[in-house]
Amino acid sequence: MADTQTNNTAPVMIARELSRHYTVSRGFLRGHADVKALNNVSFELQAGKTLAVVGESGSGKSTLARQLTLIEQPSGGSLQIGGVEIANADQSQLKALRPQVQMVFQSPYASLNPRKQIGAMLAEPLKLNTSLDAAAREEKVRAMMAKVGLRPEHYHRYPHMFSGGQRQRIAIARAMMLQPRIVIADEPTSALDVSIQAQILNLFMDLQQELGTAYVFISHNLAVVEHVADDVMVMYFGSTVEYGSKQAVFAKPLHPYTRALMSATPAIHAKDRGAKIKLEGELPSPLNPPSGCAFHGRCPYAAERCKSEVPQLRPFDGQLVACHRVEEITARPD
Amino acid sequence: MSLLQIENLSVQFGAFRAVNNVSLTVNRGEILGIVGESGSGKSVSMLALMGLIDAPGVVTADALQFDGQDLLHARPAQKRKLIGKDVAMIFQDALSSLNPAFTIGAQLVETLKLHLGLSGAAARNRALELLELVEIPDARARLAAYPHQLSGGMSQRVMIAMAIACNPKLLIADEPTTALDVTVQAQIMDLLVSLQKQHDMGLILITHDLAVVAEVAQRVAVMYAGEVVETSPVPDIFSTPRHPYTQALLASIPEHSKGASRLATLPGVVPGQYDRPAGCLLSPRCPYVQPRCHTEHPPLQATPQGTARCFYALNDAGSPTHG
Repeated sequence: MADTQTNNTAPVMIARELSRHYTVSRGFLRGHADVKALNNVSFELQAGKTLAVVGESGSGKSTLARQLTLIEQPSGGSLQIGGVEIANADQSQLKALRPQVQMVFQSPYASLNPRKQIGAMLAEPLKLNTSLDAAAREEKVRAMMAKVGLRPEHYHRYPHMFSGGQRQRIAIARAMMLQPRIVIADEPTSALDVSIQAQILNLFMDLQQELGTAYVFISHNLAVVEHVADDVMVMYFGSTVEYGSKQAVFAKPLHPYTRALMSATPAIHAKDRGAKIKLEGELPSPLNPPSGCAFHGRCPYAAERCKSEVPQLRPFDGQLVACHRVEEITARPD
Repeated sequence: MSLLQIENLSVQFGAFRAVNNVSLTVNRGEILGIVGESGSGKSVSMLALMGLIDAPGVVTADALQFDGQDLLHARPAQKRKLIGKDVAMIFQDALSSLNPAFTIGAQLVETLKLHLGLSGAAARNRALELLELVEIPDARARLAAYPHQLSGGMSQRVMIAMAIACNPKLLIADEPTTALDVTVQAQIMDLLVSLQKQHDMGLILITHDLAVVAEVAQRVAVMYAGEVVETSPVPDIFSTPRHPYTQALLASIPEHSKGASRLATLPGVVPGQYDRPAGCLLSPRCPYVQPRCHTEHPPLQATPQGTARCFYALNDAGSPTHG
């Protein structure tokens, strides 16, 4: 993205046309099908910045997270972390890269080992990746616990003794133990109550300010995204449909899907409610992808061309958008 | 007279009082939102109303009046006739509320058979009509579909079809859209509200999403740790919350702090079974706490717009009325 280049430091993560396709069985004697879970996703992430990835279930957000954390090998495209191209990296280089990208998961009930004490859980990354002795590890763990708002007596407790918000603090502490350059947070607050969500979002922002960590923040909640993001990437059916700075995307959503998403989000105050765009239908099946633009079946602006030709992501008005008709759509008043 | 009147409903599990003296009313054609965080007792109080609390849970109340009938002293057989017919409920997770071993059609027909005595072609036709009413595309083919063949949004539509099959007078929707994507959530809420208007139903909408309530409900009851702490009409509750908890809940939504770098938070968590404080249940977290709040339990008191369970209910400027 052009306007993120104003910052002169090199990006900590660069994805170019990143793709991930899965081969799935369709059943006995029916051969295999290719599911294109992620198609040509590109972005750049600067240190200390947050890229929010927005989309509904099935949009490929979590597949993206699995590629970025090196849990899976992408099937195409290039991914650079701290200047190292992972496609060319050997085992030892990959091992050195992994501590730099850490992850916080959606459910703090499923992501913590119920049989481990908090202290041991937080010390494990240090044990595996550093040569610190036990005393030094404990010191680091206790410092991190204080940083995320856990009390010293929590050191010897087990996960079941904590509430959801505290568990998410533990998960964040674990992700931060190795001082990663990048943290991928996959819906980190969607399992939490709103008052707890606010505490956790504050913690994310504080840690970013203090440690300069870059976040890829995956969420379907636009209010949360508007609060945390610097840049926003909207995904639909495995592809980026819109990409731009938070200010631009929220002030002037270009893609019909982004507009529908924003209008569908309920608002407390009547003044924040725009005209409702009613979307018909649901996400198409990945086994039977639509021709042309993946959104054409639900799009209120769909034309003949949208049914046959896949729109490419292209610059428009300072943002990137994948829509054939964006000129006409933005020209009409609404 | 109100369609539903609940007076001092309590639900006790052993020593733990999950719901404490909840009183609510719902009128015909009215949408009441019940808002609260997990553990606030919003679902349990509605399950108690439906008679779905099993032992060792104990349900007590001073009155449970529905449409002129006394639910509290009704015999189980009488209750079964009402529940599912005149009072219907939709749950959060539609997919696990449907029976995976039967087709959608069979499950719809069962309801119609049991409550309306329909059978054969009449029941099938009505089932088809219901699926069309909830805007399921290709409804005829879907009658033969099993729940696993439907998406989350479609399953929730089937649940709604089942709930409104007997034209209920009251529909209780427990987090009906929480498991759904936001564009689908908008579709389902539109559907629920239009059905509610068409049939002049009372609708109780249980949710943790204040924005959903702001868009559809006429009145809101806010629950905290098993109690109703505030009742108020919409939109007054959003402009002038009277209880400190309501105010804090509103302030913690990101939408509320646009442009600010930090969100307003309420320290601590909802008290659970073992750490319920004496006095006001919010006292350990309340920013305006006074000595009296630690010892004395506040009753629900009238406010300019509704009721609030606070000794020092907030004024129009959002400050407590001490002294």
